[in-house]
Amino acid sequence: MPLKAPRTSMPAQDPAERSHNFKEVALGYTAEMAKTEASRCLDCKNPLCVKGCPVEVDIPGFIRAIVSDDMSGAVDVLKQKNNLPAVCGRVCPQESQCESKCVLGIKGESVAIGRLERYTADWDMAQTFKAPEKPEPKSERVAIVGSGPAGLTAAADLAKMGYQVTIFEALHTPGGVLMYGIPEFRLPKAIVQQEIDYIRALGVQIEVNAVVGKTVLVDELLDTEGFDAVFIGTGAGLPNFMNIPGENLNGVYSSNEFLTRTNLMKAYDFPNYHTPIKIGKKVAVIGAGNVAMDAARTALRLGAEESYIVYRRSAAEMPARHEEIEHAEEEGVQFRLLHSPIAYEGDEKGQLTKMTLQRFELGEPDASGRRRPMPIEGDTVEMPIDTVVVAIGQGPNPLVPHSTEGLELTKKGNIVADEETGVTSRDGVFAGGDIVTGAATVILAMGAGKKSARAIDAYLNAKRDQ
Amino acid sequence: MYKIVRKENLGSSVVQFDVEAPKIAAKAKSGQFIIVRLDEQSERIPLTIADYDREAGTITMIFQAVGFSTNALKTLEAGDSILDVVGPLGTASEIENYGTVVCIGGGVGIAPVYPIARDLKEAGNKVISIIGARNEDLLFWKDKMAAISDELLIATDDGSAGIKGFVTDVLKSVMDRENVDRVWAIGPMVMMKAVANTTRPSGVKTIVSLNPIMVDGTGMCGGCRVQIGTETKFACVDGPEFDGHLVDFDLAMRRSSVYKTEELQAVEHDHQCRIGGIGKCH
Ligand SMILES: Cc1cc2nc3c(=O)[nH]c(=O)nc-3n(C[C@H](O)[C@H](O)[C@H](O)COP(=O)(O)OP(=O)(O)OC[C@H]3O[C@@H](n4cnc5c(N)ncnc54)[C@H](O)[C@@H]3O)c2cc1C
Ligand SMILES: Cc1cc2nc3c(=O)[nH]c(=O)nc-3n(C[C@H](O)[C@H](O)[C@H](O)COP(=O)(O)OP(=O)(O)OC[C@H]3O[C@@H](n4cnc5c(N)ncnc54)[C@H](O)[C@@H]3O)c2cc1C
Ligand code: SF4
Ligand code: SF4
Ligand code: FES
Repeated sequence: MPLKAPRTSMPAQDPAERSHNFKEVALGYTAEMAKTEASRCLDCKNPLCVKGCPVEVDIPGFIRAIVSDDMSGAVDVLKQKNNLPAVCGRVCPQESQCESKCVLGIKGESVAIGRLERYTADWDMAQTFKAPEKPEPKSERVAIVGSGPAGLTAAADLAKMGYQVTIFEALHTPGGVLMYGIPEFRLPKAIVQQEIDYIRALGVQIEVNAVVGKTVLVDELLDTEGFDAVFIGTGAGLPNFMNIPGENLNGVYSSNEFLTRTNLMKAYDFPNYHTPIKIGKKVAVIGAGNVAMDAARTALRLGAEESYIVYRRSAAEMPARHEEIEHAEEEGVQFRLLHSPIAYEGDEKGQLTKMTLQRFELGEPDASGRRRPMPIEGDTVEMPIDTVVVAIGQGPNPLVPHSTEGLELTKKGNIVADEETGVTSRDGVFAGGDIVTGAATVILAMGAGKKSARAIDAYLNAKRDQ
Repeated sequence: MYKIVRKENLGSSVVQFDVEAPKIAAKAKSGQFIIVRLDEQSERIPLTIADYDREAGTITMIFQAVGFSTNALKTLEAGDSILDVVGPLGTASEIENYGTVVCIGGGVGIAPVYPIARDLKEAGNKVISIIGARNEDLLFWKDKMAAISDELLIATDDGSAGIKGFVTDVLKSVMDRENVDRVWAIGPMVMMKAVANTTRPSGVKTIVSLNPIMVDGTGMCGGCRVQIGTETKFACVDGPEFDGHLVDFDLAMRRSSVYKTEELQAVEHDHQCRIGGIGKCH
């Protein structure tokens, strides 16, 4: 195959149609497309792509297997390093990770590693389910707090080593942001569910409705419940607000509430499902990250006539993945750049009716290297609006940090943990994912879960040998 | 699944369930609440822990069938199970020996005020309880309240039980004759607001329990936010109890009515399902 063969594009639902349904936007490769794309890989001796993957998937290895029609081989290679390939193939920021390092990308287009990963994982899911082999059981018990990608990965790896693992999850459904945050049209919940079923098949117990810090404390897990180690992966579940006038009016949602109502509680299927959501005709989402794009696209699907992204910097600084911005634009999301709300107003019933936007211009680059937004004195505009979704980031939820003795925290309230091991200031307690790093990515949370699983194994081995 | 071991109708629309939930029963403190989800389609409904039996491993919830979800909950019988029960959530009441306390329960608010009054009594306070409702049918637990109070006073809007009038009328007469150190008031938002206004001039600290619309109950969504003085707080983790003199009740009441139209829509939809209008609803 010539070097210049173009990257195989992935079919997607038509924008006009998909902006009104919750079905998956990207449709995935056919077998033929996958093979064509896989054949572009040079099978490098020193594969740079692998260095770009936080969990070091043997990328040329699984791609080679696709080329030689050995799909189950491809699955085996992938699953050695990645417990949730169907998820990562869909939501990893590949363009800044594995694919950004691919040699083909230097002069042309990199191999579509994420799409091939998705194809391989989906192929696997379509096969009849075979129960994973049970390893030699070990006597130690490990408690995992939170069932997002960090917790699920740590649980799976520890179960594969033979430990008895129990996950404690506050919500009624496991999966973390994969279930309650990332929308169905980007990550179908049936896929997350299959991954969770697999983890259960490994022997992991999942206790839902268990709020650690309330139902049970970390100290109790260690002291009275008989666990030998605890991994904390509680994520970044605390919504930020801007503290501006009118923010408590009806119609102003945090992105967490907006997306939880829609995804976890299935408000898009109201009244068949009983949790309501109010949307109106005109929706503005404040912020321009992945979460904001998800909210703006969700608003259209819930029936909004107009959906806006309101962002105080310019297009170049938008933190969302390029593909997400493009999809949002195609679906009709409008962008109000260099604007930010300073006040909301409502009617006599307390329902939001309009917002005042401050206009900005860009100044010198700030600490993050992005040009700093500067308010233009006196330049404000009013915008009639029915619904606002505040998507300006999340902080660490304090329930676990504040109810656990001896856990060192950062100023912002994140748990201090070693990057390579997840070791915290408390003996036997490990932590990883968004609760340590602040809001980041699925694959980084998984990587942290993996490293902690290894460190927990080492910790328990050392204890056993004592 | 959480099994209902006992059901009791406390009037035509108020129901008591005792539910098997040993982990919650072991931890529950007065002032805290749970969130229940009836079935897969159900919303998450916050309810106060009205009582608990640590040995039997059960918790007691009391609710008034006011809308779609609470009416659906009411159809369950002893022996049936609730899909999800999570808790105990929220912070516990600050129980101390304050001296003389008045505990006010309005309507279904009698349930949450009961364990608080009981704990305050155990802590050595003189407890004067006032319970009230629109009419006698909505009153319950008179005996239970009497048993843990030094004095129990009753008010109904129509005079069908106790004095004819509001709990605030009774509170005023108590404050005229007693030196009251602290007041607890739980009930409809309008009642809590009226109580707070009654005690405001004398500055007697008044604790109210807010019941905004909630989703997760763990501080994750911010849907339950309330205005306390100049600060926005999340009722599910910072409360549900707050200093009544600082609460913006009008805002809280407006926020509670945000889904009024949708609530009616849910009831209407369910009605159509039952009469067989639509093929498969649930
Ligand atoms: C809308 C949205 C879109 C995103 N899109 C992408 C994307 O496209 N690509 C990408 O890589 N990343 C994306 N992210 C970020 C990514 O989802 C997170 O970085 C990742 O999920 C973090 O994983 P985690 O395991 O640390 O925590 P979470 O996924 O947050 O899971 C934490 C879990 O712990 C539970 N928990 C919390 N407190 C307690 C407690 N006290 N007791 C018990 N359980 C508790 C929570 O309920 C939750 O289930 C997105 C995030 C959001 C919100
Ligand atoms: C911390 C907390 C503790 C609670 N404890 C109890 C309790 O012990 N017993 C009990 O009966 N109820 C309690 N509630 C209120 C209860 O959750 C609501 O009555 C219930 O969710 C209504 O659901 P529904 O679908 O039946 O009614 P809906 O159809 O949703 O509403 C019917 C009517 O009730 C109003 N309403 C809806 N939700 C609330 C709410 N959260 N608070 C006040 N009014 C509301 C609506 O505006 C409407 O007028 C508590 C709420 C909270 C937040
Ligand atoms: S897990 Fe993510 S970063 Fe790693 S190879 Fe797969 S898509 Fe790339
Ligand atoms: S760097 Fe690119 S071409 Fe080389 S092995 Fe990785 S994916 Fe294939
Ligand atoms: S109910 Fe979600 S933060 Fe309180």
